Amino acid sequence: MLKKRIIPCLDIKNGRTVKGINFVGIRDAGDPIELAKQYVEHGADELVFLDITATVEKRKTLVELVTHIAEEINIPFTVGGGINTIEDVSSVIKAGADKVSVNSSAVKNPELITQIARQFGSQCCVVAIDTKFVDGEWMVFVHGGRTATPLKTLEWVKQVETLGAGEILLTSMNNDGTKAGFALDITEKVSELVNIPVIASGGAGTKTHFKTLFETTQASAGLAASIFHYGEIPIPELKQYLKNENIAIRWT
Amino acid sequence: MIAIIKYNAGNIRSVQNALNRLGYESIITDDKTEILNASKVIFPGVGEASSAMKYLKDKGLDEVIRAIEKPMLGICLGLQLMCDYSEEGNTQCLGIFNTQVKKFPPNKKVPHMGWNSFSDVNGKLFHDIKTNEDMYYVHSYYAEKNEQTIATCNYILPFATAIQHNNFYATQFHPEKSADVGTQLLKNFLEL
Repeated sequence: MLKKRIIPCLDIKNGRTVKGINFVGIRDAGDPIELAKQYVEHGADELVFLDITATVEKRKTLVELVTHIAEEINIPFTVGGGINTIEDVSSVIKAGADKVSVNSSAVKNPELITQIARQFGSQCCVVAIDTKFVDGEWMVFVHGGRTATPLKTLEWVKQVETLGAGEILLTSMNNDGTKAGFALDITEKVSELVNIPVIASGGAGTKTHFKTLFETTQASAGLAASIFHYGEIPIPELKQYLKNENIAIRWT
Repeated sequence: MIAIIKYNAGNIRSVQNALNRLGYESIITDDKTEILNASKVIFPGVGEASSAMKYLKDKGLDEVIRAIEKPMLGICLGLQLMCDYSEEGNTQCLGIFNTQVKKFPPNKKVPHMGWNSFSDVNGKLFHDIKTNEDMYYVHSYYAEKNEQTIATCNYILPFATAIQHNNFYATQFHPEKSADVGTQLLKNFLEL
């Protein structure tokens, strides 16, 4: 049976992890490689690295980091954050990333999705969507959620699927940071509408939130950052809990 | 020396990284002599069947692959290209495995992406690997089960997730991305 995936997201700035505590055995919580290795050992099913560096030197640093990550870890990983052109995609895929995620750049230039799918295959094209419930409608936001767009989420997801996206990473801005649970209704609506996997993000605060996500929606994966970084919910504990609750989960 | 066949498919670097972690030296090559002289050959790949097959033919690699006598391991698209035929791009493939590659019916999410278990395991490739362990998959096409199938995975329908014919082995999952259990499978192959 296909398992539900648990995905920690690591924010990267200038080649370093932004948040993160010192796990036992980790000398440097700012070292993305050490943190990634720890997550792999803890049973993470996949990793997402989100680069939030704003400098022009960004791509070079990122490509070096991706090369090191690929050398060290043996599970799939996605790289996102400021992937604007097919050349950006090519450089991180060639460095060893399994997937790239595009967000604002895909809204600005939807053709990028098709270019990625054609050149590297749909499986490596994750479209990240930041969505917010505004005046009775789920809308798409870009630039880290700072800018509203006229796109309705349920129309945009259909469009990205048609353009060649292999997966959707859906973050509810209403839920993100609240630790009050995932946005179940939009997650299910999107999962119902598209035939590609949907990763739910935003709002995870307890183990029960993951159980509810997987029991009430068709989401293929749950993504979270702070609860894993700060050790609030250790991944082995989360997976043991989900397993006991009869959720299909990979057990290591 | 292990040869990793170089062609227009992604994910080749990941295989070399996995071999490095296991302490094996490898070369990524499309040179006939290097491939035929290697002690083991790995034929990886993520991509599209018809363009990959065209590339192999243009470079004469189709004949080279069929001529390999040492153990060879195809991975993902590699497995599919080793079959007779693929629906993807209506492609005549290498014809090493007598089975066909079809597109998943859209009854569930496609691609089949993530971790899945397998059953009906047969042979040395799966030494020390339990069937309740999961491997990482990402694919939209599958190989139909045949008598050369040495492991079966179930997603939408049962399909061939590992196939063997003589010295030719292949897996639909990505051992190089399947954590410790995938590493074990690669190790089993390298120790054949």
